[in-house]
Amino acid sequence: MRYSALSVFLKGLSGNRDWPRAWRAPEPKPSYDVVIVGGGGHGLATAYYLAREFGITDVAVLEKGWLGSGNIGRNTTIIRSNYLLAGNNPFYEFSMKLWEGLERDFNFNAMVSQRGVLNLFHSDGQRDAYRRRGNAMRLHGVDADLLDRDGVRARVPTIDFDNARFPVKGGLLQPRGGTVRHDAVAWGYARGADARGVDVIQHCAVTGIRRGPGGLVLGVETERGFVGARKLALATAGHSSVTAAMAGLKLPIESHVLQAFVTEGLKPLVDTVVTFGAGHFYVSQSDKGGLVFGGDIDGYNSYARRGNLATVENVAEAGVAMMPSLSRLKVLRSWGGVMDMSMDGSPIIDRTPVDNLYLNAGWCYGGFKATPASGYCFAHLIATGEPHPTAAAMRLDRFARGLTIDEKGQGAQPNLH
Amino acid sequence: MASLIRCPHCGPRPREEFTVRGAVVARPAPDAPDAVWYDAVYLRDNPEGPLDEHWHHAAGCRRWLVVTRDTLTHETLAVVDAAAARGGRP
Repeated sequence: MRYSALSVFLKGLSGNRDWPRAWRAPEPKPSYDVVIVGGGGHGLATAYYLAREFGITDVAVLEKGWLGSGNIGRNTTIIRSNYLLAGNNPFYEFSMKLWEGLERDFNFNAMVSQRGVLNLFHSDGQRDAYRRRGNAMRLHGVDADLLDRDGVRARVPTIDFDNARFPVKGGLLQPRGGTVRHDAVAWGYARGADARGVDVIQHCAVTGIRRGPGGLVLGVETERGFVGARKLALATAGHSSVTAAMAGLKLPIESHVLQAFVTEGLKPLVDTVVTFGAGHFYVSQSDKGGLVFGGDIDGYNSYARRGNLATVENVAEAGVAMMPSLSRLKVLRSWGGVMDMSMDGSPIIDRTPVDNLYLNAGWCYGGFKATPASGYCFAHLIATGEPHPTAAAMRLDRFARGLTIDEKGQGAQPNLH
Repeated sequence: MASLIRCPHCGPRPREEFTVRGAVVARPAPDAPDAVWYDAVYLRDNPEGPLDEHWHHAAGCRRWLVVTRDTLTHETLAVVDAAAARGGRP
């Protein structure tokens, strides 16, 4: 069914008791044209665009938990396209444009809120770097405004302007950046894919990849039996190394844990997304009132889905340095998500050396904002065999060919990206 | 993550004293083929389970250590001096 103001009103009259399921719970069929491993945002978006844009509906999405149980349900909901490099910027801007039309497109309220993303700078050198970034963005047709100190003060009066060590000199603002309700993204894509005939199969962990003569992938072994696949697509962020290893592939990826935090609910305090340029800290306020913030990854390989206190302390220090009033707040929740940290900090959307095996991996901790474009470009690759123009640089073999996309200029060191 | 790392030189010390370099990867010979260097620089096993990592006791003895750690449980299983791990004298 389609959601509308009228449907919400009419269902309200009957106590909201007889809404139909938003998506089916089908049994896996013996085989599909395309099997997508991973029912997170990227996997579901891939299925949605495969069906909607490319007419491929004989598709299954296999999810080991429930929808929203992975990184799509545990991130800080920020969307932006303030990238410098030509390999990144058009892709993330494509994603921004998809976000802007997303709710109308999939008829689901994802609470897309373009409240702006503001990156603070604290030195002349950093200002020049941000000016360059802003110019690069504008050259790619992306909005960017360089704010001076008074411009920042007018927008976010609560940050510490008298910090002797990290004086706030201004900020780079992307007004079209903002936040999105992350769970609703998964639900909206799942519902849209399901309505077009895609089987979204939850609680169906993949345990192996079956190969045939010549090494071609025949399908996947799962908890619920063998599922055949003419094309197999891996979208298992955080565990890409594990699933790729089932096909004998070794990836330029390490899995690291990233923590995020939510405070008690407050009246409106921050009406944009602010990032601290002198350390790594970012904060926004959810529509429920809690401040949502995070910082660096913990810095060592982890599949544990929980972090350690040293990083909690580090994030809190950076936060209080930027916004001293944070020290008065209670943190209600913290969580750790496992992410693919790639060797250059950029993602991989590519075919693999196995002809019918496709890979969507290495999103580091920037995967959420990329969800729509990632799904669209991955679907494009699976359907046509050719990379989408905006994702053409995100090759698996770019490291061997010397074509890394190193946005931060850190080199092959995942825990620094 | 264990909050204490058992440094073979200093004893149990807080984890904040250490910095992590990453997985222990054997360094290829200088004249090894490009493919071997590519593998060593970029590709990682990234196991779910025990992993050998280089840790630097930056705020202690300043020695490089090999910490064997379970990436699922964060338990540290063994800590030895990196030189000793290579068969040299610590």
